[in-house]
Amino acid sequence: MRYLPLSDTDRTEMLATIGAGSVDELFRDVPQEARLDGPIRGLPMHASELSVERQLTALARKNVPASDAPFFLGCGAYKHHIPASVDHLIQRGEFLTAYTPYQPEIAQGTLQVLFEFQSQVARLNGCEVANASMYDGSTAMWEAIGMAGRITRRNLAIIHEGVHPHYVSVARTMAKFTGTSLADRAPQLSADMQVDALLADIEANSPSCVVVQYPDILGRITDLQPIADAAHAKGALLIAVVTEPVALGLLKSPGEMGADIVVGEGQSIGVGLNFGGPYVGLFACREKHIRQMPGRIAGETIDADGKRGFVLTLSTREQHIRREKATSNICTNSGLCALAFSIHMTLLGEKGLRALAELNHARARAAADKLAAIPGVRLVNDLFFNEFTLELPVEARPAVHRMVEQGVLGGVSLGRLYPDESQLANGLVVAVTETATDEDIDALVQALTEAVK
Amino acid sequence: MTINQSGWKPSSPVQGATDTGTVTGNRALMLEEALIFEIGDSETTGVDIDGPEQRDTGLGSLLRSAPIGLPGLTEPETVRHYTRLSRQNYAIDLGLFPLGSCTMKHNPRLNEKIARLPGFADIHPLAPRETVKGALELINTLAFWLIDLTGMHGVAMSPKAGAHGELCGILCIRAALEARGDPRSVVLVPESAHGTNPATAAFAGYRVENIPANDAGRVDLEALKARLGPDVAAVMITNPNTCGLFEPDMKAISDAVHAAGAFVYCDGANFNAIVGKVRPGDLGVDAMHINLHKTFSTPHGGGGPGSGPVVLSEALSPFGPLPYTARTTDGVVHLVEEEQAEAFSAEHFGGKLQSFGRMTAFHGQMGMFTRALAYILSHGADGLKQVSEDAVLNANYILRSLEDVLDAPFAQSGPCMHEALFSDKGFAEGVSTLDLAKALIDEGFHPMTMYFPLVVHGAMLIEPTETESKAALDQFIMALRSVAERCRAGDESLKSAPHHAPRRRLDETLAARKPVVAWREPVPAAAEAPTPSEVGDR
Repeated sequence: MRYLPLSDTDRTEMLATIGAGSVDELFRDVPQEARLDGPIRGLPMHASELSVERQLTALARKNVPASDAPFFLGCGAYKHHIPASVDHLIQRGEFLTAYTPYQPEIAQGTLQVLFEFQSQVARLNGCEVANASMYDGSTAMWEAIGMAGRITRRNLAIIHEGVHPHYVSVARTMAKFTGTSLADRAPQLSADMQVDALLADIEANSPSCVVVQYPDILGRITDLQPIADAAHAKGALLIAVVTEPVALGLLKSPGEMGADIVVGEGQSIGVGLNFGGPYVGLFACREKHIRQMPGRIAGETIDADGKRGFVLTLSTREQHIRREKATSNICTNSGLCALAFSIHMTLLGEKGLRALAELNHARARAAADKLAAIPGVRLVNDLFFNEFTLELPVEARPAVHRMVEQGVLGGVSLGRLYPDESQLANGLVVAVTETATDEDIDALVQALTEAVK
Repeated sequence: MTINQSGWKPSSPVQGATDTGTVTGNRALMLEEALIFEIGDSETTGVDIDGPEQRDTGLGSLLRSAPIGLPGLTEPETVRHYTRLSRQNYAIDLGLFPLGSCTMKHNPRLNEKIARLPGFADIHPLAPRETVKGALELINTLAFWLIDLTGMHGVAMSPKAGAHGELCGILCIRAALEARGDPRSVVLVPESAHGTNPATAAFAGYRVENIPANDAGRVDLEALKARLGPDVAAVMITNPNTCGLFEPDMKAISDAVHAAGAFVYCDGANFNAIVGKVRPGDLGVDAMHINLHKTFSTPHGGGGPGSGPVVLSEALSPFGPLPYTARTTDGVVHLVEEEQAEAFSAEHFGGKLQSFGRMTAFHGQMGMFTRALAYILSHGADGLKQVSEDAVLNANYILRSLEDVLDAPFAQSGPCMHEALFSDKGFAEGVSTLDLAKALIDEGFHPMTMYFPLVVHGAMLIEPTETESKAALDQFIMALRSVAERCRAGDESLKSAPHHAPRRRLDETLAARKPVVAWREPVPAAAEAPTPSEVGDR
């Protein structure tokens, strides 16, 4: 039991100081009938470091890592190269093993990072302010809908068809219990995001907010300004959802096009795939709405010597002060993932981010052209960043599995994301990042050619 | 971009600010560090990225035209920046971190190594299932342990943090009540509960009512019984509670709640005190979240990520969130998402599973599951029991070693569990818990939890955890005794502590009154807008 430093002598001495005859006496408030005697049944005894490492390595080997195959999955989680120094720095014990910065005088490292992270996230999204991160993109989107409801005092959220279906699912769960109404529909397998239908929905209702994903679940991109104008004309807020922040190195930011709240998934920058978590939710908005923004926020202040320092601030909105009147029940953020995001973003800088975005787009463009040449395969959207949709001549779900048999992780089938929408069954969403080599793309072309035969 | 040569100073100089005595603001090994926005620029990058083959993007008016304003640093500058910042943090790797109710224990590096194996870290949440069998098995193995250790029936793995888990548990309760056609409107929350509890209940659409604590720091059972009725959906209770005490009437509370047709939610933040010793399921708990980072040692990274799986009783298990993993009688572990939930439930569970929906985009905190499982396997059934015993032993050692210099309001109630509660009673006039905490920083320790729980005036909640040695505890006790005596004597120097930290006492009021939460380019003096430094009468 290598993590426990007390010796039996220590234990005996300490019990004597306490005035107890045995450790069991310290548990005397636990009713006898609820106490466990002896080790818990069914569970093994403690194991050595070597043994645990062997057991878990064996489990890990049953999986196929993204780096071991030509890999083209996206839809809300992306494989990017992470510079080695990112993981090295986040493993420094002073970052890794610190808690929430409740004592700011000895947590300036974490607090300054959060302030820098907020500044990066705000700028990237074209907003004035940002918070210190949320659990992930989907929970950030739900919190944005809740925030729009508080600001407008309305309870209808109109969700565009291109929003990630799992995000919509999270919003639907939360809406059911909070009296929020959601209007959403499944996407069409068409080249363009259906903006006219959205504008008509806005015109016919008085929503609290309109939620649009950029680029959307099929990889499509559109100018958000007309949607922002329509929403604002009806007194509603525009919430933009970004699941691939690298895109913002090349594309206009949602804030620049009139979005009031921009939420997103920050996993792409500095955080690995991790089978879905931990990830890092990004949340940025206009400064005038700062007091309605959920989650933690680091702010600048001064210390007793007049030196600049940072503290957690605006916490009067939070659960530990307002209890049942809090603006949200969340109690934490994704501090370490925010740190990884911020370090990676600092390494990239404006220049590196733009180069990375250009490279992603160019790789995706090259792949799309080759894939569209496969007989029977149609490129659905020609306007995309690093992710696009193909319409196959066969159902995409079994095609994905046939590609696995050829050693290629070839994309996400829309049938998996939208099991009830038969018109999407032949849709395959392919993400191509800087990690895809020419050989990988050729392997995909070959595997897909076989899979659609 | 303007480079602020003296990054340790606020954006505009402060009247009356005292100098630190050096030109740079540096002191020996403690180096001041400017913001990335003050030392980086838009032309610098720390990565080598090959340019794309062609630059005609075809994106037209969607292309970004204005600069983003992101500073870049080279790789060596980046390593220095973050290394210097890290040194301004206190962390469990540096010393004892006695935050009551937050549980800061040793974070084994084996867990970090395991979590980074490509087979766990580098797999996609939507990967074809046949390529992630080991990950599904890992989730299911951890789920099995959590169910077994808590004596429960099922577990929801996807909640991303403790508070997210609370919400999950309350939503299960709400779904179960609605399924039986008996929606109720009120959740009872004892005074000693975590602040997230009432916030969670309110977010799930319930009216929150408080239940008082009795003189012994426990739930007032008679007051609770008197309030139970057909409108009560659930009672949210923390056990061991936030006074560091076990609720000996827990079974009686559960029985009364169940008799009234309601459910018992237990805040499992303090499960680390009883793991391997008591199973909450045996006490009648219906739902309890487990903070993996607290009980099972996953590092908290300056505020997260956390992970909050929720164990569920037989009555609530069918209602847990999607996606979930389940092992069927043929031994195969399945990942069940919306698409096959209904069919799966019909085929394997007689149609009983009726998930309330999805709480997060993917399956939860896989990286935390890996770490927690590595920790659990390392300790085993025997070790986890020893963990609880040592945590309780350490806390009682602190309680008894300090009760003559610090008021311990419930010391007469018997042993504490994993944390010891003290108050500011007996301090000199004008000296507060805050002053003691800041003085403790000068002694080289992270302070305890302050002003919580709310039921005690000037509360101090100390949780040493099981990974502290007796020598470390003795040193901490010595330091705390000395500071406590200064508090009783009214030592004036306490009021300006800390004196030796990277920053002196920070002005939190100023930060909230005029929030500056993102960096802005300094504006020329003539057009200068008020900065935080100029607001208020300093």
